[in-house]
Amino acid sequence: MHADHNQNSAVDPIIRFEKVTKIFGDLTVLRELDFEVGPQEKVTIVGPSGSGKTTILRVLMTLEKPNNGVIWVDGDPLWHEKKDGKLVEAKEKHLRKVRGKIGMVFQHFYLFPHMTALRNVTEAPIHVLKMPKGDAEERAKELLNKVGLSDKFEHYPSQLSGGQKQRVAIARALAMRPKVMLFDEVTSALDPELVGEVLNVIRELAEEGDMAMLLVTHEMGFAREVSDRVVFFDKGQVVEQGPPADIFDNPQSERTKTFFSAILRH
Amino acid sequence: MSELWNWGFVLEILPRLLGGLVVTVEATLVGFILAVVLGLFLALGRRSENPWISQPIGAIVEFIRSTPLLVQLFFFFFVLPRYGIRLPAFLVGTVALGLHYGTYTSEVYRAGIDAVDRGQWEAATALNFSPLRVWTGIILPQAIPPMYPALGNYLIGMFKESAQLLAITVTELMLTARVIGTETFRFLEPITMAGLLYFLISYPSALLVQRLEARYARRS
Repeated sequence: MHADHNQNSAVDPIIRFEKVTKIFGDLTVLRELDFEVGPQEKVTIVGPSGSGKTTILRVLMTLEKPNNGVIWVDGDPLWHEKKDGKLVEAKEKHLRKVRGKIGMVFQHFYLFPHMTALRNVTEAPIHVLKMPKGDAEERAKELLNKVGLSDKFEHYPSQLSGGQKQRVAIARALAMRPKVMLFDEVTSALDPELVGEVLNVIRELAEEGDMAMLLVTHEMGFAREVSDRVVFFDKGQVVEQGPPADIFDNPQSERTKTFFSAILRH
Repeated sequence: MSELWNWGFVLEILPRLLGGLVVTVEATLVGFILAVVLGLFLALGRRSENPWISQPIGAIVEFIRSTPLLVQLFFFFFVLPRYGIRLPAFLVGTVALGLHYGTYTSEVYRAGIDAVDRGQWEAATALNFSPLRVWTGIILPQAIPPMYPALGNYLIGMFKESAQLLAITVTELMLTARVIGTETFRFLEPITMAGLLYFLISYPSALLVQRLEARYARRS
């Protein structure tokens, strides 16, 4: 069924949502959502707050369980496993297998406060990927260098600025070599003068190109610059999507127009 | 007949009292280790998503917490032998002490675990750690250090309440003092000295815990 669905596309998407619904109490946050991300594609989700953008990332990272629908990650169902040709609810073992292809950077960093920056980055490769400690440290140092923190290996999170914490968090997620990286409003908790250093790191990653990236952000200029595709999302569904220039400069739907005119007024 | 303080008598009974104190300290420490280990498992059991685990453990914890230590001591020491389970008094005493205080420490763990930011769990999931590693590597190392003052207070509480072990014939400090009293018909020195020995350990320990408390209060 999965293969049939993709007969006409050149490459299989790395992420596919099929009629995914997520309900919190009385609120339907995702409404039979169909949505795809190609391998190496950079997709930004924009939309009003409370529209469910972050929920898309959270169900992908297995932090929230969808009520209905199927999510495919690199050809495997995420929340289901195949049993006798049917999809049944996935067990933890299956979740761990598929989840490994996805990485996430959070708005509030969530660094491990009892570990140094270096150990924040080596901990999962050592204990999850079973990488030898020496290799993990070497790789962690490379990654911390890459995000501009070569002098902060032995610092604890409490000794770092918000921008530095977020860059450690990015290195930590990269260390797991995910095929898809989720960025959940990663600059929203930062002081304005620290936003740039984090966006620069993400921009660099986008330019390298190997990883698919799915971003939720309010930095519209940045979204325009790094995205292959911008998705305008509202009330649990994709309202409109396309190349950044089309969506930002020539939106078609009334809701999109209203949203952009509202945020551009500020 | 009034008694006057007799230093010679104090020196004479001191070695026996110190022997009792050693038993008190041993019972406290063994009981505390039990309480700390048991408390963790009770706290984890109560958090279990399986109601067949969480409900019975919750009921046991509430029952023990709401009844005097003496009930547990007497139950293990006087009731169990009727069913063929006969255990040495010291063992019964330390197990009852550990069990009783384990229900208190389980609440300390619960609060400590709840105080860890929800985001830590989410980051741990995102990095795909195994559930065991999430507990041992990420959650407990953050939850436990802030618990030290509360655990310290329970340790001191156990040290004092271990005197109740005299009711099941453990010759700890208090029973030793009473036996000396009944043997010599002098209670003034043995009971006073027992109190003094308790104080000499409890009070400095309490000051230490206060310093720990101040340190964690400063940090948070």
